[in-house]
Amino acid sequence: MELLLNKSGKKVILLGNEAIVRGALEEGVNFVSTYPGTPASEIGDTFFKIAKTELPFMEAKVKKRTKSSSPSKIQNFYFEYSTNEKVALEAGIGASFSGLKTLVAMKNFGLNVALDTLFPFLYTGTKGPTVIIVADDPSCHSSAQSEENSRFVALATHIPVLEPSDPQECKDFTKLAFQISEKFKIPVMIRTTTRVAHQKMPVKLGELKKTPSVKGDFVKDPKRFVTLPPRVLEMKSELLGKIKKIQEFSEKSKINQIYRLPKSIDWSSRMGIITSGVSYLYVREALKELNLDLPVLKLGFFYPLPERRIKNFINPPAGGLKKVLVVEELEPHLEKEIERLAKDVNCKLKVIGKELVPEVGELKPEIVTLAIAKFTNQKYQIPYTKYQIPFPKRFPQLCPGCPYWLVISAIKKAVDLKKVIFGGEIGCYMLFGNSPINLQDYLSCMGSSVGIAHGIMKASSFAKATEDKRKIITFVGDSSFFHAGIPALINTVFNKSNPLIIILENRTTAMTGHQPHPGAPIIPDGIKIEEIVRACGVKNLKAIDPINQKEFVATIKEFLNKKETSVIIAQRPCIQIKK
Amino acid sequence: MKRMTSQISNGVNQFNTLIVGTGGQGQITLLQILAEAALSEGYDVKTSELHGLSQRGGSVEVHIRFGKKIFSPLIPQGQADLIIGLEMQECLKATYFANPKTNFLINKHIVPIPLEKTLGEEEILNNLKKVSKNIFLIPAAEICQEKLGTSVVAGVYLISLSSFKNLIPIKPSSLLKAIKKIIPAKYLELNLKTFNLASNSEALK
Repeated sequence: MELLLNKSGKKVILLGNEAIVRGALEEGVNFVSTYPGTPASEIGDTFFKIAKTELPFMEAKVKKRTKSSSPSKIQNFYFEYSTNEKVALEAGIGASFSGLKTLVAMKNFGLNVALDTLFPFLYTGTKGPTVIIVADDPSCHSSAQSEENSRFVALATHIPVLEPSDPQECKDFTKLAFQISEKFKIPVMIRTTTRVAHQKMPVKLGELKKTPSVKGDFVKDPKRFVTLPPRVLEMKSELLGKIKKIQEFSEKSKINQIYRLPKSIDWSSRMGIITSGVSYLYVREALKELNLDLPVLKLGFFYPLPERRIKNFINPPAGGLKKVLVVEELEPHLEKEIERLAKDVNCKLKVIGKELVPEVGELKPEIVTLAIAKFTNQKYQIPYTKYQIPFPKRFPQLCPGCPYWLVISAIKKAVDLKKVIFGGEIGCYMLFGNSPINLQDYLSCMGSSVGIAHGIMKASSFAKATEDKRKIITFVGDSSFFHAGIPALINTVFNKSNPLIIILENRTTAMTGHQPHPGAPIIPDGIKIEEIVRACGVKNLKAIDPINQKEFVATIKEFLNKKETSVIIAQRPCIQIKK
Repeated sequence: MKRMTSQISNGVNQFNTLIVGTGGQGQITLLQILAEAALSEGYDVKTSELHGLSQRGGSVEVHIRFGKKIFSPLIPQGQADLIIGLEMQECLKATYFANPKTNFLINKHIVPIPLEKTLGEEEILNNLKKVSKNIFLIPAAEICQEKLGTSVVAGVYLISLSSFKNLIPIKPSSLLKAIKKIIPAKYLELNLKTFNLASNSEALK
């Protein structure tokens, strides 16, 4: 694996996510936890691969693999796929409290799941330096439920947030994040987006840090780790104090910088651009295309913002700018901050952002070029647009041979599709919502299909006895079931409603790249879903291989008429892992 | 045929390649090979690709840009120098990135779209010709199937051809080196045969 070359100064082509891994290794990371989710998955997958491979300079172990490794080897880092992102973060916090250098990776929706745990972590702070990677997906290339902008979490929790724009910065910012965390005893978040996480470029390698044996040790220190009133309010004051100090650090940091073409900054136009993340690359591309020379302030810190640097930019000694263009994807967080800062130093400044830069969908170089052209009153048209030709759209499909086709086939044989509501969520089975299947009447986040089904059943339970009662079939994948489906199942049983829940047990986390999960770990003897469901008090329960269509159809028909919660576990491995 | 002399003589300020097809046709491997080859020739490189949901048999496009200094990982609209189409219908979508000078190197291969009217070869070519006259339709899948017993290497055949026929400013020797680096040992022999097959191709003469 070229990623692991111990040649400082050599340039190798890395994916943004791989560069994050390399940055963590150069800092000597000890503990890594994650739940897979595109576009963050390759971070965990790369650590997983490294942990499985025996390497001359680094011996790592995967969970439950200790037997085969000789006891004399130094364990330089521990890696796990956790059950969900909240648990991944909690594992990371435990490691940090025990003094380990820790990295936790997830996609944006995972951050929502982990949020309850994240808030108090800012209050306690870290012991071992801790970096949390969160990947957003503007344009929802691989995200069904919303076009989330995770920056909000900085404002809510006070977690410092860095935004790299390319793989080199992914590596450099990861290292910097560890250093900030070490210095200020606070977790630091790196926010990427699809076009950063899945961008490749030659990355200059640094020295791989060979850390000594990493034995974590939790030393009791309730004042530090226990968030209880009234201490919790003191902790909040301490947190705000840290943020003030980090803001000073941010003011001096080189990752917030003014770029100019060619040499000295030309303020004569009295216009400027403020940007961050991948948008910065589009800005540079656009300025080249338009042959323009405008000062560009690139912000590596999203939180805390280097306010003095921004004020100096919009109000340079040469005279205040007349207008500034803020180029950012999704919601106008920077734009609002800059409007606020301008009130102090340059109240006449025109701050232009979402007026020219769309709030929905990712940015592209040509969108930014058009925005800058309008901003600078240049006449510009994208050349060659007249050649756009209509084309047939090709949507993602379930693989040929996917066991889910058998489930769909059984459902179509068993019920009147018009009379049954179909509940869905995140996983390959969300493709049930596409033609020609069309078996999704609602679709939301992981685990939610069961929770929402219960609410719909309860709502319709108040119908008159003469009316047709609602019937629901809801789908949940095995990895999703472990992730967030279990509490919803318990609620359904506890509060007594009767949806038919089909757990699609394909023995992998298929959509994100076939990662293991608690029911199908790397070594056999996973946790049995059937036993969990039974323990939750579900009486109408059958585990069936959907290849047995007759039995599957009969069971659907039977269970749909039950007065209590019913569960069918459709057991057949994903076609991709069967090979 | 037209050669890419303009870009090459300029020392390649910038060269933009788009590879389109459907999920599972190996676009990311082709991206890696071209990126490695460009890096070995001393260029700056930026690429963009998609993973996860978008790969499940849907449309997949990957961008490879190289030159003196590359900023955006995405090719700006209308600025592709070379579009490699692993599937014919997907080339129509790619016209977003094309201009009259764009070279299209297309695998003669059509994957039907469920519930959609599949467009025929002629209809696709007629539409593409409205954009660029430089359209090279190669029965790559058929050639590879016939000579090598599998069409899975059609993409490697096409990128090799693009190098031998100067449709991309990358030397065949650099490409060969990159293939050896990127392709796992298990499949290397097949891919080297593909490379050689492309070197002897009578196409585009």
